[in-house]
Amino acid sequence: MSADAEQHGRNRPIRCLIAKVGLDGHDRGAHVIARAFRDAGFEVVYSGLHRAPDEIVQAAVQEDVDVLGISILSGAHNSLVPKVVDGLKRHGAFADTLLIVGGIIPEEDRPELRDLGVAAIFGPGTPMEETIEFVRENAPRRE
Amino acid sequence: MAGDDTSGRDLDARNDDLVAALLAGEHRALARVITLIENRAPGHRDLVARLHPHAGDAAVVGITGSPGAGKSTLVDKLAAAYRDRGDTVGVVAVDPSSPYSGGSVLGDRIRMASTNGDMDVFFRSMSARGRLGGLSTATTDAITALDAFGKDVVIVETVGAGQSEVDIVRTADTVGVLVQPDSGDDVQMLKAGILEIGDVFVVNKADLDGAARTVAELEEMLHRRDVGAGAGKHGHGSVSQSGGESHADGARSDGADAAADWEPRVVETVATSGEGIEDLVDALDAHAAYLRSSGVGEAKAQQRHGEKIRRLVRGDLTELLEAELDRRGGVDALAERVRSGETDPYTVADAVVEPLRECLDGQRVDNKRTPTAAESDPGDDRD
Repeated sequence: MSADAEQHGRNRPIRCLIAKVGLDGHDRGAHVIARAFRDAGFEVVYSGLHRAPDEIVQAAVQEDVDVLGISILSGAHNSLVPKVVDGLKRHGAFADTLLIVGGIIPEEDRPELRDLGVAAIFGPGTPMEETIEFVRENAPRRE
Repeated sequence: MAGDDTSGRDLDARNDDLVAALLAGEHRALARVITLIENRAPGHRDLVARLHPHAGDAAVVGITGSPGAGKSTLVDKLAAAYRDRGDTVGVVAVDPSSPYSGGSVLGDRIRMASTNGDMDVFFRSMSARGRLGGLSTATTDAITALDAFGKDVVIVETVGAGQSEVDIVRTADTVGVLVQPDSGDDVQMLKAGILEIGDVFVVNKADLDGAARTVAELEEMLHRRDVGAGAGKHGHGSVSQSGGESHADGARSDGADAAADWEPRVVETVATSGEGIEDLVDALDAHAAYLRSSGVGEAKAQQRHGEKIRRLVRGDLTELLEAELDRRGGVDALAERVRSGETDPYTVADAVVEPLRECLDGQRVDNKRTPTAAESDPGDDRD
C-alpha cells in the first residue's frame, strides 16, 4: 500500500466534457474552448456535433468528468438542458459534476437554467481566462 | 455516492460499495473505478485485486495503427458489429497528451457515432498523461474493470507509435494492426516491431489506390515473419529471439513459438462505410477460437500475468528506491559527488541497493530454515 500513499498528493488533471447538443452546427466556439482547456492542463473529451441529450449523459457518465460544458447556439437550451440534468441525476452523476453552459442564452432564460443546477453561463465575448478560472475554482474535488 | 473519503477505513468501505455497485451493473460505479485506477488513487490496488476474480471472461481485442489510419472509425464500426450480435462492449481509447501543458483533447469519442446513446457500449478515453510505464498498468487495470463488469468484448485502441503503446496493445488476446494503403510510413512502422504483435492485419481505406499492393506487401512480410519464427523454433534456444527482443523472459519465446501456428490474416476494410467489417469480425473470432482450442490463450494469459507481476514489482521497487535516493540527499546531490570525483555511480548504486539485497537474502535464509527450525515458531505447532 505504500505505493498508494506515495501517489496520494499527486495532482490529477481536471476532466471536462465539451458537448455540442442539438441541431446547431456551429462548433468553432467549442473547439476554441477545448483547445484553451487543454492548454490550461485539463483533459478534454470532445463530443462532436449534433449530440442528443442522452448521448451527452452517456459520455459524461462513462468518462466520469468533473466538468460538463454544454455549448448551445440554437436557442433550444430550455428543452435540452433539463434533459441532460435529468439524465445525470438518473445515473447519480449530477451532484458532483460542475455543469456550465456556453453560447447565446437570453438574459430572461438564465434564472431558470441556474435553478436547474447550471453553475455558470458564459455568453459570447467572455474572456477565456474567466472561464478557465471559474472551472479551476469550482471543479469538484472528489478524490 | 461513495467515493469521496480518502482515510483508511473509509477507503475500505468505499471500495466495498464501489465493487458491489460495479458488479451490480452500475455504470457510474464502473466509471468511478476507472477514474481511481487512472489516477492511481489511494485504494486502487485493492479495488483491482477485488475485481480480479470476476474478470477473465471478456475477449480483449487490441487495435493499433499510425495516426490517421482510421482506428477510431473502425473501432466504432467494430463495436456496432459486436452489438448487432448481442455482445456488450467496452472500449478503452488511449490518446497522447500535450507535452507542453499536460492537458489533452481526447477526440476518439467523436467517431463513436454508430453506438452513441447505447449504454451497453462503455467507451472510455484515457490520456497518456506523459507517464510511460504507468500507462500500461492503468490500461490493463481498466480492462480488468470492464471485464469484471461483464463486458463480452473489450477493445483497446492506441496509436502504435511508442513502446508503451505497443506494450498496451500486446496485452490484448487478439491484436489488430491497421495499415493505410500505399503509405511508406506504415511499412516503416511495421518494421519497427509491430509486425510481430499483429494477429490480424487490416488494410483500411481499401477503396484507395494502392490497397492491393499494400495487401501483397503485408502478406510478403508476414510470410517472411513465419519463416523467421520457424527457424527460431528449430533452434529451440535462447537466441531464437535475437531479432530484437531484449527481454530475457522464457515466456516471451514460448509465445513466439505458439504464435507460429496462427497464420496472421490480412483483411481489407473501408471503415467509413462499414465494408469488410464482417470479415474483420470473422478473423478476430477465428483467432479467439484458435486461442481456445490450441491452449495458446491460456499460455498467453499466463504470460500476461507474469508481465504484470514483473511490472508491478518493478514499479513498487522503483518507488521504494526513489524514496531511498531522496533520503540520501537526492539523486542530484549524489550525481554531484560523482562529478566531483568523490565517488562513482557503481558505489552509489551498491550502497543504495545493499540494504534491500541483505533484507531479501536474509528472508530467504529464514524461509529455508523454517521446516527444520519449526520449534522457533511455537504458535503454529501447539495448535
